[in-house]
Amino acid sequence: MCGIAGIIRRGSPGNIGEEMTSMLQSLKHRGPDSTGFAVYGVPEKNQFVMRFKVAEQEDLNSGFDIHQQIIDRRAVVDSRLEEMGAEIISKDTVTEYAFRYTFRKEGGLRRLADYIEDVEGAEILSLGSALELVKDLGDAGVVSGQYNLGKFNGTHAVGHTRMATESDVDIRSAHPYWAYPFNDVAVVHNGQLTNYWNWRRTLEHRGHRFMSNCDSELIAVYLADKMDSGVELETAMKDSLDELDGVFTYVVATSDRLGMAKDLMAAKPMVLYESDDFVALASEEVAIRSIFPHEIDTFDPYEGEVRVWQL
Amino acid sequence: MATIEKSFDAGLHSEQLSGRTQEIFFSAEEDENFVYPYNAFEVDSSKKTEFDAQSLDSSDINLKIRELMKEGYGHIVVQNPSAKHSIGVGILNRLQLDFEGSLGYFGCGLVDGPNIRISGRVGWSFAENMMAGTIIVEKNAGSTFGAAIRGGDLVCKGDVGSRTGIDMKGGTIIVGGRTGTLSGFMMQRGRMIILGDAGPNLGDSMYDGTIFVGGKIESLGVDAVAGEITELEANWIERKLALYGMKAPNGAANLQKIVAGKQLWNYDNLEPTEKKIVL
Repeated sequence: MCGIAGIIRRGSPGNIGEEMTSMLQSLKHRGPDSTGFAVYGVPEKNQFVMRFKVAEQEDLNSGFDIHQQIIDRRAVVDSRLEEMGAEIISKDTVTEYAFRYTFRKEGGLRRLADYIEDVEGAEILSLGSALELVKDLGDAGVVSGQYNLGKFNGTHAVGHTRMATESDVDIRSAHPYWAYPFNDVAVVHNGQLTNYWNWRRTLEHRGHRFMSNCDSELIAVYLADKMDSGVELETAMKDSLDELDGVFTYVVATSDRLGMAKDLMAAKPMVLYESDDFVALASEEVAIRSIFPHEIDTFDPYEGEVRVWQL
Repeated sequence: MATIEKSFDAGLHSEQLSGRTQEIFFSAEEDENFVYPYNAFEVDSSKKTEFDAQSLDSSDINLKIRELMKEGYGHIVVQNPSAKHSIGVGILNRLQLDFEGSLGYFGCGLVDGPNIRISGRVGWSFAENMMAGTIIVEKNAGSTFGAAIRGGDLVCKGDVGSRTGIDMKGGTIIVGGRTGTLSGFMMQRGRMIILGDAGPNLGDSMYDGTIFVGGKIESLGVDAVAGEITELEANWIERKLALYGMKAPNGAANLQKIVAGKQLWNYDNLEPTEKKIVL
């Protein structure tokens, strides 16, 4: 089933960490397996934020000497960042296996990203100037508390509560997905893609990497591939309605935009609220009500509809 | 018998129905055939009360409504329903029920007899399997609005999502705005009046029933064909819309009429009035 949500503040930044936590907690019944947030802060000039992990949560219970391995893997990541010319500004240990770094670096980030993901057990959850992506097992309250998202100040966010249907219950299969290696692009999805393997093979042949077997990851990579060839986000999303088979509704965010797309059968729900300075969307209205308790007008987007909002 | 002939004259069915049909049930005199269940509560329509649902969960809200009916209240106002799911369901009673706010998914399903008004919006699968009564939604509605309803009037003054009136078996659905894809899919009886645009595949695989559309139809589904609206139908639509303070933008006579293009032979043994008595 899964629950998805998105918010964008078109006026001024605010506490979107708390707002998204509240929305996702209201959607808990749609997916108890994991919760994920992609929150967009106010970018600092020439500064990047990287969220990464070097182990899965379940590894802590089963991995041999895992605690020392995590320390060793992180040390390798640190040395590789230095080797690639990154000037590290801050290092936060969020959980034993998940970290948040800020750094400055000249030039592109793709080689750096590839080099870090080459470390055993390492996965970059997000890398960009505004995007910070966290996902873990547990409900929104647990994950938000664990990663200190309650006071996150920012402009927009997407989130997901997951009911695992076609892949494992682990962080790797949790949403949102970062559209590696494109800075600041994240996707959440509710539905099933039926031509997943066809598209995955096509995209792998073009050099894209997949970290999971979750069909939702394909949407992020698909959009990344389109944008890499110069296609605008909105056009790429419209193309996806024709080229991706199945029933789906997804929400995508970039550094300054929030978008949603609904398949031609309109088989997956989405409720929208839009005002001059705020847009909120979710699988259920109850999520929107959790941040707008007063009476508001909401509506359902229609089949084959794509909408994009800009900051 | 005169009523039956009149309904056929009005083109309310696209084919001659055999056996015992719902003609009388659908007629202008349908109230005469309405029967409340044997265990319905005795309520007084002048006895009014209200309660705040903000801190209650769905089952508590439904239980509260039931308790109030048991106490004889015939008019209940629910404040702050807050888009909660599955509320106002299974009411088999004479009752005026007002929701001040919005409802979530599966609201007002399986109702048989009450008059319900929702001041806000409703989510997916609203009024599923409604048997009788009147429901008015003042704003928008989600998908699968009025799925499989068998009777009564279901009105949404705003826009509705996809699959409106899917598997509809009777009654009337009125939509003030537009409706999405596959509306009237496998429709078997009843009437749908859409004053705005209709999405793709309208009336796909419909067996019977009639759909009237005021705006643009994106495409017709399999087996759905255009019919010709009669004066009797136009008059009936005008009267029906007037009941809810609505009007066809270009006059009821200019609505497009969509009916089933293929006759099926084995679906005509429904008799909801009798079923209701037995149940």
